[in-house]
Amino acid sequence: MRARIARIQQAGRPTHAVLPFGVPALDLHLPQGGLALGAVHQVTDTPQSAAAPLFIGGILARLEGSVLWCARGRDLFAPALAGVGLHPDRVIYAEPDDDPGVLLCLEEGLRQPGLAAVVGEVARLPMTASRRLQLAAEASGVPAFILRRWRLAADAAEFAQPSAAVTSWRIAAAPSAPLPVQGIGRARWRVELVRSRGGATAVWEMEACDAEGRLALSTDLADRSVAAPAERAA
Amino acid sequence: MPLETPLVCAGTDGGSRIVTAADHAALALGISPGLKLAQAQARVPGLVIVPADPPADEAALDRLALWVLRRYSPLVGRDPPDGLLIDITGAAHRLGGEDGLCTDLCTRLRQAGITGQTAIADSIGAAHACARFAARTIADLPIAALRLDPDLVIKLRRLGFNTVADLDATPRAPLARRFGPSPGLRLDQLLGRSPEPMQPIAPAEIIRIRHDFAEPIGTPDALAHATHALTEAICAALEPAGLGARRLDLVFHRVDASLAAIRIGTARPIREAGRLAKLLLDRLPQLDPGFGVEAMTLAAPLAEPLAWRQANSLRQDRGHDVSALIDTLANRLGPTRLYRATPVESDIPERSVRRIPALAPATGATWPGYPRPTRLLARPEPVDTIALLPDQPPVQFTWRGKARRISRADGPERVFGEWWCDAAETSAVRDYFVVEDGGGARFWLFRSGDGEDATTGNLRWYLHGFFG
Repeated sequence: MRARIARIQQAGRPTHAVLPFGVPALDLHLPQGGLALGAVHQVTDTPQSAAAPLFIGGILARLEGSVLWCARGRDLFAPALAGVGLHPDRVIYAEPDDDPGVLLCLEEGLRQPGLAAVVGEVARLPMTASRRLQLAAEASGVPAFILRRWRLAADAAEFAQPSAAVTSWRIAAAPSAPLPVQGIGRARWRVELVRSRGGATAVWEMEACDAEGRLALSTDLADRSVAAPAERAA
Repeated sequence: MPLETPLVCAGTDGGSRIVTAADHAALALGISPGLKLAQAQARVPGLVIVPADPPADEAALDRLALWVLRRYSPLVGRDPPDGLLIDITGAAHRLGGEDGLCTDLCTRLRQAGITGQTAIADSIGAAHACARFAARTIADLPIAALRLDPDLVIKLRRLGFNTVADLDATPRAPLARRFGPSPGLRLDQLLGRSPEPMQPIAPAEIIRIRHDFAEPIGTPDALAHATHALTEAICAALEPAGLGARRLDLVFHRVDASLAAIRIGTARPIREAGRLAKLLLDRLPQLDPGFGVEAMTLAAPLAEPLAWRQANSLRQDRGHDVSALIDTLANRLGPTRLYRATPVESDIPERSVRRIPALAPATGATWPGYPRPTRLLARPEPVDTIALLPDQPPVQFTWRGKARRISRADGPERVFGEWWCDAAETSAVRDYFVVEDGGGARFWLFRSGDGEDATTGNLRWYLHGFFG
């Protein structure tokens, strides 16, 4: 039944490739077995955590070709993206004046050929804009990642507003595993799939992206059969 | 010749030889243009004199105008004998606004050994006056700033007119009867009451195509159609020379004799009419056609030889050419806001990234794999910490009023100052720590100083970035 509905919904639209995370727990949970390319994905941070750019960077590192990164602020530190395997030669940064400017740049990047993906940092994502981006992404097969940045609680509430994004993620920092010696280990994230079109939401505790952009399930959870502690229908 | 030697240009005025121009050193010694040459020589014994050469001056001004046209604005006019008019409408954003444009222009002129004065104003008359005369307000400007005949200025001064305000307060009719229309006209042009069309230069070496219309056009469709026709014509004109356009200026001649222009730039020479037209049309909505456009001119101020590429039908080379996108975005945002980051061999984090043009050849270089934060604060922010000296990580730190206990930490990573950049950094040291608080959030803290020697830093702690 679901497959039939999906087929009807997909009628007339080109089908696009899927990029698996390489983590079975995540991939099996997503309806297409991975992150759909040719779609809009929304990712947000919690305050004072900067995991979302790395989460996106890790996905981009596993794609091929140049990516466009549009942001209003200049605080993104390029070596960190290189640290998750996204080579600096592949990233083109654009600095528009405001959020609508960022969204216009993204749309242009989706409509013109040549890019592997586009990323935009915005505080707000109006429904119309996300719909436009989703249509452009579907037409070109290039994924768009919207990195939602917010400082005020009002903007955070906005994240829950509906948008045309196919998936919405919230990445929060989690305490990392203690090491037997002094020092600091691989960072851990609480990866929350807040919304997924045609799928269920879920939360995972994960090890952060490694130098090649791969996530991994936290070691103390990996042995458990049920990966998602909290699950409810979308 | 040392710079301090006073130098003047000598010309003739009627029967006598006079000073026509003087350099800074000569001006400082009281030698101003207009002085008799014999008097000047008597005042300054070692005066260097070169004969004035007005045609050469004019040619130099033309060369400068061409450079300004290529670099700054599609509309550049001459303001004889020693000035240039630049219409910066819509041209300033590419160089960081009006201030950025002025700074850039002055710096480049100074590097070329040219002393320049710049002024930005709403009318040609006001800009001309403000560049040459210092005054607090427009009303305080002397009447010599009005671009009047020098004899007329002397006559007006004799009657007690010293400033623009004096002249503006006088009834216009008697003034016109006695001195002709020019004082009133110049005054109105200065104050922006009457329009003053600009005569842009049209150097012969620049390929340009002009289309005159039978009827003024103004609708977006008609303008777009004309733009397509012009780009096709200019591509045909560029073809025999084997050139591609790097910059295109589309100038609109409105029916009220005013001009408006659109300038686009491309990262590589292009001779595809479709792509060039698309870039121009992207800017078209910002143009105000006024009461109608009666002619359009398309010029290619910067054209470069076009490198041919071998077409290869066997290899599927689609995808990775982003130059069309880069051109569109660069014209929209300005070229400085579209860039790639590349490593610089520096241990100081804020110096380790350099911007390069988005289409620069791939460098292949990347940063060494030390942990680096995702977000770097533009300026490290001081934090209060509890930490053991000399090289223990802090136990707790307070940033923006919130105390955080540190559960895990790694460090120090010692970064030394770069004495070759700044003498004050000779002995400066920063000790960086990656710390994680109870919630798992990771921060990049550093202590200024090595913890033992006071000359290496003030031992204060700073927050410099956030990890993911």
